[in-house]
Amino acid sequence: MNNITQKFLEIVSDYKGSFDGVAYNIREDGGCAGRQSTEHIKIESKPDGPGLVITIDPHTKGETVYIPACVTKSNINDLVYNDFYVGEGADVVIVAGCGVHADGDAEARHNGIHRFFLGKGSHVLYKEKHVGTGSGKGLRRIDPVTDMVLEEDAVMEMDTIQIRGVDRTTRSTTGVLKARAKLIIHERLMTDGEERALTDFNVVMEGEDSKVDLISRSVARGSSYQEYHSKITGNNRCTGHSECDAILVGNGKVNASPELYAGHLDAELIHEAAIGKIAGEQILKLKTLGLTQEEAEEKIIQGFLR
Amino acid sequence: MLKLESIAWRPQDGEEILKGINLTVAEGRLTVITGPNGGGKTSLAKIIAGLQTPTAGKIWLDGQEITDLDITQRSRMGIGYAFQQPVRFKGLTVRSLLEIAAGGDLCNGEICQLLGQVGLCTQDYIDREVNASLSGGEIKRIEIATVLAKKNARLLIFDEPEAGIDLWSFTGLIDAFEQLKAGRNCSLLIISHQERILEIADEIVVIADGKVRTQGSREEVLPALLENEKTGRCPLHKEVACNE
Repeated sequence: MNNITQKFLEIVSDYKGSFDGVAYNIREDGGCAGRQSTEHIKIESKPDGPGLVITIDPHTKGETVYIPACVTKSNINDLVYNDFYVGEGADVVIVAGCGVHADGDAEARHNGIHRFFLGKGSHVLYKEKHVGTGSGKGLRRIDPVTDMVLEEDAVMEMDTIQIRGVDRTTRSTTGVLKARAKLIIHERLMTDGEERALTDFNVVMEGEDSKVDLISRSVARGSSYQEYHSKITGNNRCTGHSECDAILVGNGKVNASPELYAGHLDAELIHEAAIGKIAGEQILKLKTLGLTQEEAEEKIIQGFLR
Repeated sequence: MLKLESIAWRPQDGEEILKGINLTVAEGRLTVITGPNGGGKTSLAKIIAGLQTPTAGKIWLDGQEITDLDITQRSRMGIGYAFQQPVRFKGLTVRSLLEIAAGGDLCNGEICQLLGQVGLCTQDYIDREVNASLSGGEIKRIEIATVLAKKNARLLIFDEPEAGIDLWSFTGLIDAFEQLKAGRNCSLLIISHQERILEIADEIVVIADGKVRTQGSREEVLPALLENEKTGRCPLHKEVACNE
């Protein structure tokens, strides 16, 4: 793998020089830069197109699988379809970060389409970090698609963050929840300069006593623009909560349009949203603790996107 | 160590709130400012901390004039300020706020000590966000802890620290103030109406209508204040004005 990939892996996958003893696949500029399966986690190429099939045996516990993807130069449009089959009762961590680097005038782009099929009673912590680098004029673009189907009693925790440097992103996430399944999504997004980000969540709770908790926090700095759409549908006795908070800095703009649909009398759906600049009182408080205006703003933003 | 000279303050398009306040707070002393609501106590505290700019007058700390210094500069000189209405932060945890206040990392033991002083259990609060999930009493105690965490403290100002705090924690708070007074080389300025806080004061200052009405040792001022409270007399001996 090249140096840029190595740096990306350190940022998005906590890479320390090797992935010892764990399942992983490193995707670099559309090719494979390394792969390893373990006894309980199999990673195989798809026979009919770009992408992987990741199969996690039932009742696999405490294992982590890394599926990072890196685009390290301009004029690459990488498209990959990864399917994750998580066996009944498994409890694993999946890390699937992505970095794009543009060094020329052409775009550097990654489209990762991830489908998750969680077996009954399984639990997945899915971590996804996105970052863009490079001084080229070409746009750095990441367009992740995450589709999830959670069988009965399955739990998916999705922790997704876009750190910096991604000029354009369209982030699409869908979920279908069966009985007692639980989906927790925690999204953090930072845009700056002329960056644009579109986030779209669509979760359907089909099963009785299923639950979704969707928290999105974002900061729009410079002249960046963000759009947030979410739709939570409750078609059974279920609980849905979504929270969308955004901080505006400079000329940042945010358009948030949450939607709730209750298709059952016992569906309890809540949405909370707040968009605005950093509260003056917060700055004052941190100044009384010895921080300057700029330091206070940074601390507030860091904490907000924690 | 703190000296105020002819401090006046008038909000934009408003009436004068402070009308020539002269006040001295001596080194290592606990001074309580009390007086009727709307008398200018909080405005005065904010002016000392730099949150408001006086329209006239001068302020000195440790012999250095600080009138033109901003909030950050005053904090770095050792002035701490506990807000009457604490601020909430989405995302910032109790630990991170205390570490900002202390100017560096704190070990769990240090955080435990700080939170213990305000009657909170570290295990329950250390990773909590300082947000709307905390009750008024909890956030108030954390606010006080941020000021107690200040390491270079020269003057710590507490604006109605008793508000929203239950009896058990209040006893702990009184202990904390007494320990601060005894153990640290700093002065305390507390705005309060609470008798138990008045009872631990070295000095009591009564402010009303934007002026210092009375200033003296606890022994000189407190008996009259308490007597007035019992008899229902105006503490300022201004019955006519108070009955208006």
